[in-house]
Amino acid sequence: MDPAGGFDLELLGSWADSHTHRVQLALKLKGLPFEYREEDSLRPSAAVLLHNPVYGSLPVLLHRGRALLHSVVILQYLDEAWPSGRLLLPSDPCDRAAVRFWSHFADDKLAPSVAAVFSSCPGDGRKAAVDQVHQNLKLLERELGGGGAFEGRRFFGGDEIGLLDVVLGCGSYWLAVFEEVMEVKLVDPEAFPRFHAWLRDFEEQREVKETIPPIDKLLEYATAVRQMMLGGTGADDDNVVAVN
Amino acid sequence: MYSATGINCTPMAGAVVEDVKVLGLPLIPFVIRVLIALRLKRVEYELVEVQIAEPKSEILVKSNPVYKKIPVLLHRGKSICESAVIVQYIDEEWSDGSGSSSILPADPFDRALVRFWAAYIDDKLPAPVRALRWGTEAEKAAELAGQIRQALGLLEEAFVECGKGKGFFGGDAVGYLDIALGSCLGWIRALEKAKSVKLLDAEKLPRLTGWAERFLAEESVKGLVPDADEYQKFYAAAEARTSATPAA
Repeated sequence: MDPAGGFDLELLGSWADSHTHRVQLALKLKGLPFEYREEDSLRPSAAVLLHNPVYGSLPVLLHRGRALLHSVVILQYLDEAWPSGRLLLPSDPCDRAAVRFWSHFADDKLAPSVAAVFSSCPGDGRKAAVDQVHQNLKLLERELGGGGAFEGRRFFGGDEIGLLDVVLGCGSYWLAVFEEVMEVKLVDPEAFPRFHAWLRDFEEQREVKETIPPIDKLLEYATAVRQMMLGGTGADDDNVVAVN
Repeated sequence: MYSATGINCTPMAGAVVEDVKVLGLPLIPFVIRVLIALRLKRVEYELVEVQIAEPKSEILVKSNPVYKKIPVLLHRGKSICESAVIVQYIDEEWSDGSGSSSILPADPFDRALVRFWAAYIDDKLPAPVRALRWGTEAEKAAELAGQIRQALGLLEEAFVECGKGKGFFGGDAVGYLDIALGSCLGWIRALEKAKSVKLLDAEKLPRLTGWAERFLAEESVKGLVPDADEYQKFYAAAEARTSATPAA
């Protein structure tokens, strides 16, 4: 298949999808030009189904027409296919294992717990969902502290952002959005000082500002989704929420 | 202090001698993955059996506070958790530079491909396998068996792209994806026997069937993947314990 418009890299993604943001940010950090195509995350196009027949999900990165799937797999691919540029992963095997473990945690535990807050009902259900997010944030807070895998670092990647910062950071903006839409406190700077500081520093990075949509757009989107959920359309909105 | 039974594996010729411990149980596929990977790299290890039902072994809780699950690899004072993370760690830590004993393929696209399919295996197999093993409704059983067969069907096709006409997903030698799926073969065979159901059907999945035979015959794998009868003994004992325990 010929690369579209002469670009070697084409990214199929969705503007409110945190997994798409991960790949966009990584491409920017590595200085790799790419063409971007906006897709509907709910209604996969023929192109998405062609390149990702198993899941039909986003993002899909096409490199010279060959499809790369799953954001964390894509990020590792970028390092391995472009090893002479800026690297997203550390070089030490143990450090790499820590990055992979906590990336797995981000998608396996943290993201679903945040999504659960969004779809929770007021009362005990919401409180339990919020508590679960706090449990997960506590684990990350600990890793940034004394004895943790990322002790004393400004970013998980050290002085500069790396793969784990990209994975955790692209998605953590939903915490602030849900705090407002759901009227809950998720990232209390007193309870999670290191995580809070890390997130603030992450969001200040130039490439991050260029990637993540403005918060008012995200708020608007989340509010609309929430209203749709409460309107009882029967749609499975858990998949709409881009905490994936 | 923790109590655990240490099992030393037989020292291999040319083996790397380092203090490597694996917290695990020999029947668990995710643990088997780690043991195969260590064998491929000729790294000596000690398998430390732990209690995974409550109350969990202290060493397990201490070394995997996030999930409290096996396997855990203990090496140089660090604990590495999650089988996919551990196998990649083993590949990178004991890399001889020339790539000859590499577990993941050399080409970046092929690496992405096997990572995708390994994640697919973990996404699609364990849940229905467990549900089918412990479930009792016949209707549900048929549906679960169907899910497992569907997943194996996609892997039958993936074998073509990954194996590139050779005998393993990794090509000429056992690799990352062979380990990811092969470690589950005992589980699958045991389920077929226990539930009288065909999952890895030789007629429908000829490539996987041939691959399974080759995989289980490999030196690095021999003795690590229990057969159906060993699983049956284990499950029967577990069920006996459950029925003997008074209801809470």
